[in-house]
Amino acid sequence: MALNKDGALYPKPRRMPSRFRNALGRHRITIAGACDNCGLCLAICPYGVYKAGSKRPTVIAEHLCLGPSCSENEFYCVSRCPVQAISLQLNPSFELLGDKRWTADLLASTWHMAETGEIPYQGLNYKTGDSGGGFDRIRFILPKQSDAETPDKAISTAIELNRSGDNRPAVAIPLPLYLGGMSFGSVSIVTMLARVRAAAALGTFCCTGEGGYPEELIPYDDHVITQVATGLFGVREETIKRVRIVEFKYAQGAKPGLGGHLLGDKVTPAVAAMREAVAGSALFSPFPFHSVYSVEDHKKHVDWIKEVNHQALVAVKVSTPTDVDMVAVGSYYAGAHIIQLDGSYGGTGAAPDIAKKNIAMPIEYAIPKVHTFLQAEGIRDKITVIASGGIRTAYDMAKAIALGADGVCLGTADLVALECIRCHHCESGRGCARGIATTDPVLTKLMEVEWATQRIVNMYLAWQRQLFDILKRLGMKSVTELVGRFDLLAHLDYIKPEEVDGELA
Amino acid sequence: MPPKYHIKTAEVPSRFQAITRSGVIAWEEGCLKCSRCVKKDCVYQVYEKRGLDARQMLDSLDTACKDCFRCVQGCPNRLIQKGLNPEYKALGDPYWTPEIISALWSQAESGRIPVSGAGYGGVFSGSGFDAMWTDMSEIVRPTRDGIHGREYISTSIDLGRKVMALEFDADGRIATPMPPRVEIPLPIVFDLLPWSPPAGQITQAFLEAAQALGTFVLMRQSEMNSAVERYLSNVILYADGDMEDLNDELLKNLSIVEIPDGDDVMEVQRLVKEKNRKTIISIRMELGPTVSERAVKLTRDGAEMLHLVADEYGREKGENPLFIKERIREIHGVLVEEGVRDEVTLIASGGIAMAEHMAKIIICGADSLGVDIPLLVAMECRVCRRCQEGIACPVELEGVDPVWGAGRIKNLVAAWHNQLLEVLGAMGMREARRLRGEMGRAMFFEDLEREVFAPLGRKV
Repeated sequence: MALNKDGALYPKPRRMPSRFRNALGRHRITIAGACDNCGLCLAICPYGVYKAGSKRPTVIAEHLCLGPSCSENEFYCVSRCPVQAISLQLNPSFELLGDKRWTADLLASTWHMAETGEIPYQGLNYKTGDSGGGFDRIRFILPKQSDAETPDKAISTAIELNRSGDNRPAVAIPLPLYLGGMSFGSVSIVTMLARVRAAAALGTFCCTGEGGYPEELIPYDDHVITQVATGLFGVREETIKRVRIVEFKYAQGAKPGLGGHLLGDKVTPAVAAMREAVAGSALFSPFPFHSVYSVEDHKKHVDWIKEVNHQALVAVKVSTPTDVDMVAVGSYYAGAHIIQLDGSYGGTGAAPDIAKKNIAMPIEYAIPKVHTFLQAEGIRDKITVIASGGIRTAYDMAKAIALGADGVCLGTADLVALECIRCHHCESGRGCARGIATTDPVLTKLMEVEWATQRIVNMYLAWQRQLFDILKRLGMKSVTELVGRFDLLAHLDYIKPEEVDGELA
Repeated sequence: MPPKYHIKTAEVPSRFQAITRSGVIAWEEGCLKCSRCVKKDCVYQVYEKRGLDARQMLDSLDTACKDCFRCVQGCPNRLIQKGLNPEYKALGDPYWTPEIISALWSQAESGRIPVSGAGYGGVFSGSGFDAMWTDMSEIVRPTRDGIHGREYISTSIDLGRKVMALEFDADGRIATPMPPRVEIPLPIVFDLLPWSPPAGQITQAFLEAAQALGTFVLMRQSEMNSAVERYLSNVILYADGDMEDLNDELLKNLSIVEIPDGDDVMEVQRLVKEKNRKTIISIRMELGPTVSERAVKLTRDGAEMLHLVADEYGREKGENPLFIKERIREIHGVLVEEGVRDEVTLIASGGIAMAEHMAKIIICGADSLGVDIPLLVAMECRVCRRCQEGIACPVELEGVDPVWGAGRIKNLVAAWHNQLLEVLGAMGMREARRLRGEMGRAMFFEDLEREVFAPLGRKV
């Protein structure tokens, strides 16, 4: 455990290898029959790619291999093998992985961070995807010379969530992130518990989503955000009273204006009991709140929560329509402590493709619009702006903050840490074949809570490492100094590298 | 309230196996004969249900596999891999992409809208229709549940000229002559195809589907024959030949006739109307830089409906062609400025490839739109365009069973209709008519980039 400036205790990373026999990486190593099992490769590889075998070494972790760039090293097994039995190729399946937003490189580097807690060294692009716009075309302008000697503990990555100045408690989180809502039903209890436990270990929060508050989460009450959404599934007075933050979900970025839909197959008896519904029948979370037609109605809701729980902060989760800036201002005046902007490219268990791609704007536009508008209204310092929906990497997080958010909220990244492969079939049949987004009793057993918790913790520790490095390069002592620093960002379509005073990263 | 418009769908299986993005490559050599093979554990049982299509020599494995990679990651000797299918990548072209084509296939087969998990995986934005986003409404609007039916969203629109004010005679009767008008339950007409194999059977499928859906098929004068007769109320005749050849009997049975734009187009309109004053005349115009001016003039001269046509990539004619969406925005805007927009109906055609394009072109100012290639794709067309060179169609479209084809087209249109409801519902609208020209409820890439990204990195 390390103590930092904020007095927060951070968990340590612990190696958590893939649950599957063959972890996926960019390279593929084969050992031919000529091998005489001399064991040299095993002895020289510093990455643990090989394990001893009876006839010849076994390749157990080709995803940890450096690939052809290793040829410069004296421990390059391919050229050192006395009988030339080792061959190194590109893994043909690797090019099939991922998509424009979550490239194979991003998936593999997230898996690497979740396994090791460290930044990948294999030459994977762990900073940006290949979507051709937004975060993927934005870079930090870092000074060429900077003081990299600052110790980590002199830098704060913490943020305060209650900036309202009301008499409710201060709630600081040591990293500028918390974990977004995924309901029990859309994901397994193992996934849900792992996320909440990881949030607790990191000193932050995890939202329940709209599907009730499973009893298993009670030990972690202080790190739970419970969600009140349009279907009001599982919302009870006692669940509202239990937590430090209550979230209103007006809309979700991936399906803005469309409400939620849990397919009948996923409504198992356990899910049904939690939601007070009938097993096997699909559950619709309607849109919008049928009792909210104005900002005044919205205030009534916020007041209602505040009355039930006198200590809780209220967060409001909204999507990103044309008037998202007005929505943010309205939320502030209704008494919200946190406004969460959920961009249109974010994750979900199931949503119409037309909605995911076309409805509402990407988060990269919404953050600066809201930040600037709140500034102009003179209330930017009174509300916490959290960005979500399309934050994939530590760099996305840092860019979102520089665009004007105080912090971010994550979902898909956690699932990728648990070896989600983004096959996009969360919703079909028994649910996720990899045991993450499923309520099928057999598939749920594919994952252990301990393993899953540590994978998520590892990933965020690697994110914090990157955030430290960015802040150091910028000469900042606190992540709060980074908020809204448009001058530190460059969009590659509008500014040439020679026009900036610094290095683009 | 009008009776609720609902398109009945039913699974209509493909005749050919779909071309999938990837394939399973499983070697037998080196197999360790494990007591429990990973193939047995496939969640989707693709190996157990495996079958070979003898006609095409295609393995069902590839269509059933859902890319979970469990077997790839589980096989101890790593004998299973997945590989990209080069045939998939070669589908269509950069506009009619493999992703669009395969999504159209599955909608035509199932009648369902494409739904998937895990968020959007595509490009941030792109050219044309990919450079805009549609709006949503957080709270302030009527409750809706467009698909599941608690509240009705109408997708009907009107074709024809509208009068802007009524005059009454001394007895209080309406004195204004009412121009003919047709209401269609969804803003789609089936347009002329840019290319196709011999179209006899294909046209029959179009007509059958249009009749069931309550819309129209554009047909050339030369295509009219006795087999078309029973569908005449769903035909827009494109009178591109000699007017003398059109028999009066036929004209009496048509509610819309389309004529090509030309110097004496209003005279032609008058002549056709003389034969049947209930006929709506649509003027077909190729999009280009001078069309907005022309549209204003024609509207002032009494045009009822303008059919504005781009090529199959949504491009207009000429140098530096504008994309259909930009040109329609301009034309709509000019007609609004001139105060005549509501008098005339605008139909936009060319490059409409997905349901989202339909919503977006309406937002940009069209009342309705023409669909062409997607109707062929619904019947398994691969957009290879071999028919243009006279080479045999790989999916034998010329011999398609019209009933099967109509079923596929109805499924596709039903899926598009439901997607339009999603967009309207998210915007809090209950009428497709109100979507027209609602550019304030859309977000355009160039505006957002200028406002948000261009200033980044500049010292203030």
